[in-house]
Amino acid sequence: MTRKVTLTVNGTVRSASLPDRKTLADLLRQDLGLTGTHLGCETGLCGACTILLDGRAVRSCLMLAVQAEGHSIITVEGLAPSATELHPLQQAFCDEHALQCGFCTPGLLTTLVEFLHDVPDPSAAEIREAISGNLCRCTGYDTIVKATLSAAARMRAP
Amino acid sequence: MLTQAGVIGRSVPRLEDAPLVRGNGLFAADVNFPRQLAMRVVRSQVAHGTLRTIDIAAAQVLPGVIAVWTHADVADIPPIPFRATKLQGLEPYCQPILANRRVRYVGEPIAVVFAETAYIAEDAADLVLPEIDDLPVVLDAKAPPSDFAPGMSTEPAVVRKEFGDVDAAFAAAFDTITLDLSVGRHSGVPLECRGAIARYDAAQDVLELHGTAKKQHWNRDEIARLLNRPPHGVHLFEGHVGGGFGVRGELYPEDLLVCLAALRLGRPVKWIEDRREHMLATNHSREQQHQVRAAIDADGRLLAIDAVFWHDQGAYVRTHGARVADLAAAMLPGPYRLPAYRVAGHFRLTNKTPAATYRAPGRFETTFVRERLMDAIAARLNLSPIELRRRNLIASAEMPHPRPLDALGTDVVLDSGDYAGLLDRALVRIGWNALQTTLQRRRAAGERVGAGLGFFVEKSGLGPSDGVRISIDHTGGVELVSGAASVGQGVETVLAQIAADTLGVEYRRIRVVRGRTDRIEFGNGAHASRVTVMSGSATHLAAQAIRAMALATAAPLLQARPEELTLANGHVARLDAAGIGLMSLAEVARHMGPGSKLMIGRTPGLTAERWFYSDHMTYPYGVHIAVVRLDEGTGQVRVERYLVAYDVGRAVNPMLVEGQIAGGVAQGLGGALFEEFRYDATGQPLSTTFADYLIPTVSEIPELDVLITEDAPSPLNPLGVKGAGEGGINGVGAAIAAAVDDALGRPGAITALPILPTTVHGLLHA
Amino acid sequence: MKPPDFTYHAPETVPDVLGLLATLENARLLAGGQSLMPMLAMRFAFPDHVIDLNRVAALGFIEHHGATLRIGAMTRQRDLLNHPAIRRHVPLLTEALAHVGHRQTRNRGTIGGSLCHLDPAAELVSVATALDAVIEIAGPSGTRDVPMAAFPLGYMTPSIGPDELVTAIRIPLPPAGHGAGFLEFSRRHGDFAIVSAAALLTRNSSGRIASAVITLGGVGAVPLRLAEAEASLIGETPTAPAFARAAAAARGIDAMEDALIPAWYRTRLAVTLTGRALAAAAARLS
Repeated sequence: MTRKVTLTVNGTVRSASLPDRKTLADLLRQDLGLTGTHLGCETGLCGACTILLDGRAVRSCLMLAVQAEGHSIITVEGLAPSATELHPLQQAFCDEHALQCGFCTPGLLTTLVEFLHDVPDPSAAEIREAISGNLCRCTGYDTIVKATLSAAARMRAP
Repeated sequence: MLTQAGVIGRSVPRLEDAPLVRGNGLFAADVNFPRQLAMRVVRSQVAHGTLRTIDIAAAQVLPGVIAVWTHADVADIPPIPFRATKLQGLEPYCQPILANRRVRYVGEPIAVVFAETAYIAEDAADLVLPEIDDLPVVLDAKAPPSDFAPGMSTEPAVVRKEFGDVDAAFAAAFDTITLDLSVGRHSGVPLECRGAIARYDAAQDVLELHGTAKKQHWNRDEIARLLNRPPHGVHLFEGHVGGGFGVRGELYPEDLLVCLAALRLGRPVKWIEDRREHMLATNHSREQQHQVRAAIDADGRLLAIDAVFWHDQGAYVRTHGARVADLAAAMLPGPYRLPAYRVAGHFRLTNKTPAATYRAPGRFETTFVRERLMDAIAARLNLSPIELRRRNLIASAEMPHPRPLDALGTDVVLDSGDYAGLLDRALVRIGWNALQTTLQRRRAAGERVGAGLGFFVEKSGLGPSDGVRISIDHTGGVELVSGAASVGQGVETVLAQIAADTLGVEYRRIRVVRGRTDRIEFGNGAHASRVTVMSGSATHLAAQAIRAMALATAAPLLQARPEELTLANGHVARLDAAGIGLMSLAEVARHMGPGSKLMIGRTPGLTAERWFYSDHMTYPYGVHIAVVRLDEGTGQVRVERYLVAYDVGRAVNPMLVEGQIAGGVAQGLGGALFEEFRYDATGQPLSTTFADYLIPTVSEIPELDVLITEDAPSPLNPLGVKGAGEGGINGVGAAIAAAVDDALGRPGAITALPILPTTVHGLLHA
Repeated sequence: MKPPDFTYHAPETVPDVLGLLATLENARLLAGGQSLMPMLAMRFAFPDHVIDLNRVAALGFIEHHGATLRIGAMTRQRDLLNHPAIRRHVPLLTEALAHVGHRQTRNRGTIGGSLCHLDPAAELVSVATALDAVIEIAGPSGTRDVPMAAFPLGYMTPSIGPDELVTAIRIPLPPAGHGAGFLEFSRRHGDFAIVSAAALLTRNSSGRIASAVITLGGVGAVPLRLAEAEASLIGETPTAPAFARAAAAARGIDAMEDALIPAWYRTRLAVTLTGRALAAAAARLS
């Protein structure tokens, strides 16, 4: 069955007609052209497709697109404040070499945006716990933890 | 910034990052073309059998399905070839793009469906019904060879290498040590699955393949040959690549199938591998069983090693031929003085996913074997593992050290190194003596803790050649076109740094083009830790040529001699006043443009292509030290500390080198403790999701200390660099095994990787 | 890895859900989706209809009445984990929730979904067993209560009819001053446990154990209560030797075996984790 879905993505109201069975990740990637949300497993085991649903980090491969009707979604494309500035987490990821191939990065960034909102002054151990559901095959994770500490400090600064 | 001279060796941020952190990357699945079809592969669910029929009728009539193909539809396409080594006779073991009458592993492509969407294609694939009669499966590479096909053994080749008088050495030995060891089946498993998107541009008669990686030019040539097209009518494009690790970018059946479909169906065709397919269809690696014997003198010095191993190649020979077995045979001796050596590597076909290279192929395995052997010798003679190694390491005075062997068709000459020096620095860095005291105290208090190390020699910079073309346009923009590829490791930044250093421009202003066959005629891609060595050296040569051209052009205009001038801050300047730009590179480029009077009768353009050639590899080296704690109740191994000390000759960007090492260690810990492709007795794969193929999460990775040294620059290239891609993973299995032995208080207890909690639990309570 | 075709329904009330269940053939309920969606992606499930419970507002609540906690079936695991009353009164639940998947899955996953999926290694299933939870089930003829002990009919098979819906879970609060411990072993952090152990202890005025609960997850098709070991602890002092004796009872368990984990290892883990969970519980007695 096909139906129309209307939702807010990165602050803009968007609509698409799609089959009931289509996942939220495929809606974002295929219908809305937001390919920054990556699919690493489509079974909820890698974390690459994490987006913010009404502010909460969720795996977009584990939601149907039709379930997002009326909800507000932020994807990695919606994190930077402008075309010239980066979100402090994005900047810290660059500065600390917290990405190599960059495939897992969008899911880590969205997960950490929610986490730093909940825990603005985290310990390294808390960060490790927060990203334990995000697989990265390139970095060995340590630079991601360092980047998060650095971004958190910057975000706390007045 | 006055000048970029000196940008080599600095940890500058990467050029690659900005689009990636914004979600603006272009990974394979992000490539879309109007009117594209989705391809879905129907795969064998049987490990070995006779494919009697395939019923495609129901799939063909499903609305939205455009075509369904089986072998009969692609019978004119030859099997996937391999890059030749000197071993003969492997051709009959290559994989057809769709199975022909016989299936040999679970996951083998037996049909393909083309449909309007990926959802419909998957629906249709489920309706394809093969009829397969089971045949007996071969799952143990060490079992006696059987028939691959009538008259064809499952052992198509034995890799043999030998030097010195091995038998005499054993006859005269003070003692001999024999070990049986094995390494499990694991692989690169990048976070991005494979993808291939083909389209045919009839207007220009060009076939394009997108989503490629690693090895575009060889793949271009082979695709052209297999599809009977001229190579200049096939273009391969690389976007972003979500991890390579050896497995991405090889030529697989799916690459040919999308190309063929784009040509035949007249629409772009997109195939995106799903994770389960990836676990079944993308190259596996590592699985080897080893039997190794050492002859030693009374001081523990190696007199000879006699090694036999059985390499589980899986169901077919793939694009690497027998390279992994060849590398295993060649690299086993490692950093030690070895008067005599004999190895026989049995290259065996089984009914599992075909195997090929994975980061440090043949070395992760043989470092485990060799270092287990060194630990066993130390235990036999009651020497410390450190002392035993000191007695055997090749001394820096013995460099370059030729070893009468070949690896990847090149003679092995260890080019430079201070092995003992690196060992000393590593021991100091981790505080080895204090560590031993601490561990003894903790053991006395009942903890099961231990430390171990693994020493190794890597290889990098595989030749034979690589070219780079640098062009400066009339605005001063610098473009660098390389035949290298990027698999996410930071190629663009490193090449830009090397070029910037000579050109005196900001590295951020250099655009690096890679992985595209339409922009440069030849290339050797990204593998074997070769890019910084080979493409980096070619970049250096091309930048030097541009510099000479720019100075020669500017000199008469500035009424100076070229040797009085330099390049700085994007300008030509006098050597004695480098801060004062006299003429911008843009102006120089304009003077060299096709309309410039200066260029009449000459080839215009401030552009140069240079090639770097190398017939020997360069050999970085390193030591890993691990500290582990065992949980007596569960058998779990926790890695508490980990040190990598690695000499890369010269680090172009130390931050990126550390990044390569940290990532390699994480993968190595996966292979040492977690990851394994398991099969049941009928050849059904048991590890097909991220829930049962266990890639380490952040919780499994300890804090890592990395010591990058530059004690032994390579004499083989102008930059002195050695590759950094594989030193992080190489020694992990060896170091962890030694540390677990130490924690168990049982030298030699660990004989297999990965080290499972069940094994450790059994050893703790034996 | 794309779900098969189905028709999606998004009812907003429990009666509407029951109405759909009564009329639709081959329908599946979609709660947090953290198990059903992977099963659809892997094409292990082929429903003709998917009934989404996420718009049924009446199923999301946490109520604390006297000695009972009542939790709506669609309450997210994250909201349980962060709930101060649960942390104070049922620390076992909080501790177990920290092991449930990861941040992103807890944001979406629900307690009702986890209990109905009934994975033998699932933390919430094990804890509901330890706490003697009661499952509230609505059906065409009204609602019924099922004690957790009777809820699993077998491996991943809950006692729910095709026209029924789990609406809430009632948890009797353990007495104040009790000690709770939850431990699990998995190869990697956040994975389903190979074995988990949940322990609850109370102490009488003379400092001896007044009651004990030990539940093992992952060893059998359904969570296992070690009734004999529980009984043997009563009257003992809460110290290591008593716990070792109780843990030894786990040696006799006929544990599950699968292709990757041998039965003997699950049994050994059960012994280890039982001892540790009891020790953790004892350390928290007050």
